[in-house]
Amino acid sequence: MSAPAPEELKAFLEQQLPGVTLSQDALALAVLPRDLADVCRVLKDTERFRFDYLSNLTAVDYPPDSIVVVYHLYSMHHRHGPLALKVTLPRSAPAVASVTPIWRAAEFQEREVYDLYGVTFEGHPDLRRILMWDGFDGHPMRKDYVPEDQNA
Amino acid sequence: MIASEQLLEINLGPQHPSTHGVFRMVATLDGETIVKLKPVFGYLHRNHEQIAEQITYIASFPFTDRLDYFNAMSNNFGLALAIERLAGIPVSERGEALRVIMAELTRLVNHSAVTGFLLNDMGAFGTPLLYAFRERERILDLFESASGSRMMCNYVRPGGVREDVPDGWLEEAKRIVDAFPSFLDQFEELLTDNEIILQRTKNVGVLPKELAVSAGVTGPMLRASGVAYDIRKVDGYSIYPRLSFKVPVGTAGDVYDRYYVRILEMRESVKLLQQLLAGVPGGPAISPKGQALVKAPRTFKPPKGDAYGRIEAPKGELGFFLVSDGKAQPYRYHVRAPSFINLTVLEDMCLGQKVADVIIILGSIDIVLGEVDR
Repeated sequence: MSAPAPEELKAFLEQQLPGVTLSQDALALAVLPRDLADVCRVLKDTERFRFDYLSNLTAVDYPPDSIVVVYHLYSMHHRHGPLALKVTLPRSAPAVASVTPIWRAAEFQEREVYDLYGVTFEGHPDLRRILMWDGFDGHPMRKDYVPEDQNA
Repeated sequence: MIASEQLLEINLGPQHPSTHGVFRMVATLDGETIVKLKPVFGYLHRNHEQIAEQITYIASFPFTDRLDYFNAMSNNFGLALAIERLAGIPVSERGEALRVIMAELTRLVNHSAVTGFLLNDMGAFGTPLLYAFRERERILDLFESASGSRMMCNYVRPGGVREDVPDGWLEEAKRIVDAFPSFLDQFEELLTDNEIILQRTKNVGVLPKELAVSAGVTGPMLRASGVAYDIRKVDGYSIYPRLSFKVPVGTAGDVYDRYYVRILEMRESVKLLQQLLAGVPGGPAISPKGQALVKAPRTFKPPKGDAYGRIEAPKGELGFFLVSDGKAQPYRYHVRAPSFINLTVLEDMCLGQKVADVIIILGSIDIVLGEVDR
């Protein structure tokens, strides 16, 4: 089955979830943080799309204002994808709903984004640092991070 | 307190021969049964992604060799594919054939090594591993004569490969590939119906299909659970649509199926290689646009935008997410490492199993810490 176009997805989601605001940027859908969990659930559960596979979850830092969390979804059932979702969060206090209850694949990847970017995923079962050690201060993938041994 | 109610927490690793690197498992035991298991890693973390955001696109290639250091060629391939997608770089026909040959040889290297290591984990110290390593070594010799290095190949480039293979290389490769099935037969004769292996691996570390899909498990592990999802077929990237091969799947999703799917995949890779080596097209090994990029990496400034490129690496889906802001360095560079995400289900597979089984369940996931920790 051919992959659904982002236009089709946008129209469908807006019809299914009244009040959801989406905008479209090339092949990605921009989702508001408050709508993310609902949008993901519909994308996964609707038979026509059935995005059952969260392939990739990461973030991009755009100082001084925002951090964008990016999700790449595929359907193993229909063999289509990718669909990219982008959620823009305020850089001062980035927080968004966790998608781990929807796709287990997010468990470690959300921990990684939490560790390296400082994004809080609300509802994550075990949000801890994953690559850096527990006592580490700061988020090393942020663009303004200064490595401590710069002048060593 | 009654003794059977006492839980014991033990650390397996980070320095332990069974963990395939510096990896730690905090296991809670009731007797010998696992009731909780948390993986701890990051000991090898060097922030590969941050380094890559400070250097040119081409300069990241040697770093990708060190992600999954068993499969340098396919790591290079994954990054090249993402860069090609980001900047629209065409690939030369010969380059395309050569890198698919390298990617499939890498699959043979990886699967034979992981099968050997799995037996090591079961207590068959040394012998099966050395059988596997003997074959692997022949292929590494091929890599060395093409790229100059056995393991850190740094060979594939956007648009093709760095340099053409030397004279006589294709004939030598054909000879080694044609001899490979006899090794597999020998290996299988020793292992596939071996009673000890059946006892240790059947119904151990079962991963149900639904959980595998939900947890984003990919590669032989996913296929062993019965999902015929192979990116070579699904995305049809490079020249795979022109080649004929099957996607082996398992039924039970246990350690044995993971072992056997890898054996079958090696047989398919041999078929692929025979088709490829029968007719490698002539012409340049890299397209003119790719060549220009390799010669002057600092002038390569892809248009603004992002791209996600993925390949079927031997361990699963290896993806590269690149964001360009029009400069010579990527604005964002992310590696979607298959063995990192496959680890998500480690605890699920270990619960209710014995301590000794944890070692082979971990071995059957096939992790490399260079890639997990990045």
